[in-house]
Amino acid sequence: MTTLILAEHDNTALLGATARTVAAAKNIGAPIHVLITGHGVSAAANAAAKLDGVEKVLVADHESLAHGAAEPVSEAILAIAAAYEHIAAPATTFGKSAMPRVAALLGVMQVSDVTKILSPSSFERPVYAGAAIETVEATADKVVFTVRTSAFDGVAETGSASIEPVGFSPTARTSRFVSRESAAGGGGVDLSSAKVVVSGGRALGSAEQFTEILTPLAEKLGAALGASRAAVDAGYAPNDWQIGQTGKVVAPDLYIAIGISGAIQHLAGMKNSKVIVAIDKDPEAPIFSVADYGLVADIFEAVPELTKAL
Amino acid sequence: MKIFVPVKRVLDANVAVRVRPDGSGVDLANLKMSMNPFDEIAVEEAIRLKEAGKAETITAVSIGPTQAVDTLRSALAMGADAAILVRADGPVEPLAVARILKALVERDQPDLIIMGKQAIDGDSGQVAQMLSALVGWPQATYASKVEIEGTAVRVTREVDGGLETIEMDLPAVISTDLRLNTPRYASLPNVMKAKKKPLEEIDAASLGVALEPTLKIASTLPPPARKSGSKVETVAQLVDKLKNEARVI
Repeated sequence: MTTLILAEHDNTALLGATARTVAAAKNIGAPIHVLITGHGVSAAANAAAKLDGVEKVLVADHESLAHGAAEPVSEAILAIAAAYEHIAAPATTFGKSAMPRVAALLGVMQVSDVTKILSPSSFERPVYAGAAIETVEATADKVVFTVRTSAFDGVAETGSASIEPVGFSPTARTSRFVSRESAAGGGGVDLSSAKVVVSGGRALGSAEQFTEILTPLAEKLGAALGASRAAVDAGYAPNDWQIGQTGKVVAPDLYIAIGISGAIQHLAGMKNSKVIVAIDKDPEAPIFSVADYGLVADIFEAVPELTKAL
Repeated sequence: MKIFVPVKRVLDANVAVRVRPDGSGVDLANLKMSMNPFDEIAVEEAIRLKEAGKAETITAVSIGPTQAVDTLRSALAMGADAAILVRADGPVEPLAVARILKALVERDQPDLIIMGKQAIDGDSGQVAQMLSALVGWPQATYASKVEIEGTAVRVTREVDGGLETIEMDLPAVISTDLRLNTPRYASLPNVMKAKKKPLEEIDAASLGVALEPTLKIASTLPPPARKSGSKVETVAQLVDKLKNEARVI
């Protein structure tokens, strides 16, 4: 049997989450097909065809799929699902919105946010904000899962898969797209795939200081900017910079937490980073319990000094 | 308009999670349980829609053991009008939850379902989407703003890279994100009043939904521990460690 992967793209470019999901799916050991859903998506299809390990790229092109609405996207998957034993998507807001629908209509559970594939039917996934790791065995004939992209490195672009259109006509009641608003850029580096993340918390005190203190450091390090929930709620940073159980989960080589106390919900989103640095003035802050290097200091002095020293 | 709000009883968000040493699961004995935080946001949103004259009745629904009555009473104390407890003793998977909710939707015909985007215990994030697919209604996940205009509902969603606004015709399913609202506390008089509000109890078995798990949990273990770190005294020491010891810059 074969594995089907729902691709994540922005209509023009394939996003890194797809290559990471392919890397995860290679552990199943079956041939991999990638499904591109959208309208006018040949560039994304061409990019998917280059991913190492992909045997075939299927393209469902229909105007109802243009904005990634979960109802038609899940229908497009259902239309071809019979040929596949495993159906997977990255655990992004796009993948997480569509895949449980696919699972429900197939009458199976979804295995959410897989961090390790032990066998074609056995998976590891975090629960309780990462405080426990479950090993689950899927007992149904079909396995639907989403992949925690930060747990896998993307495959190389060395392949040359064939591209085939698949027919699609929607029937489900669906939502209508109205508008989309992009968040202000975080130094142009994608948070989910960044090698270095500089993240700020409530202690930054204001949106101005958040930018003024963190941006020069992020630029020096080529890092993406992230934030704690407290910083987002206070309006210092846009919501899609939030790192944690309910925001993004990152695992960069270097994570620098600045003025973040380290609530369990925040740790859930970053504790698998390779090296964690914490700078905070409270020596008792829980963030120091996971930090490889902790510096107890006033962030308004220490961070500019750090930026200057790099 | 009639709103359904599914709510789940979970380990309180502020309680430290202890994994049983034998790998059989998370220890919940004698620990504080609360309403899932995202569900509180869902209850609050339903109440605000009622206060704005957009909804007539709010029914909170919970699936679980008898103690889930406490969770439903909390929803009633916040302002829900009625509650339904679907009694089930073992763990109930998201797919079975969605099927049970579907059976109740077909029986009671609500116009809108608002629920949390995920429960903070299983972190699955599936029920709203599954229910939407099973009943054939449109869905809006990760809502940060909800506006009802006649028979349509306009929802702003928190998506990767920003915000997206979509519109749906009722009936529809919405799942809530953190920034939708700040849930209210129930006042003491409202807690007392909640005890008199109607609470229906149903056995899950009577709804004809199979409850046997289809995902077998082989083990639940603590995550690998990080090796303990060290504190540095100065920025210069930090830079030196990152360059020469960790080699990350």
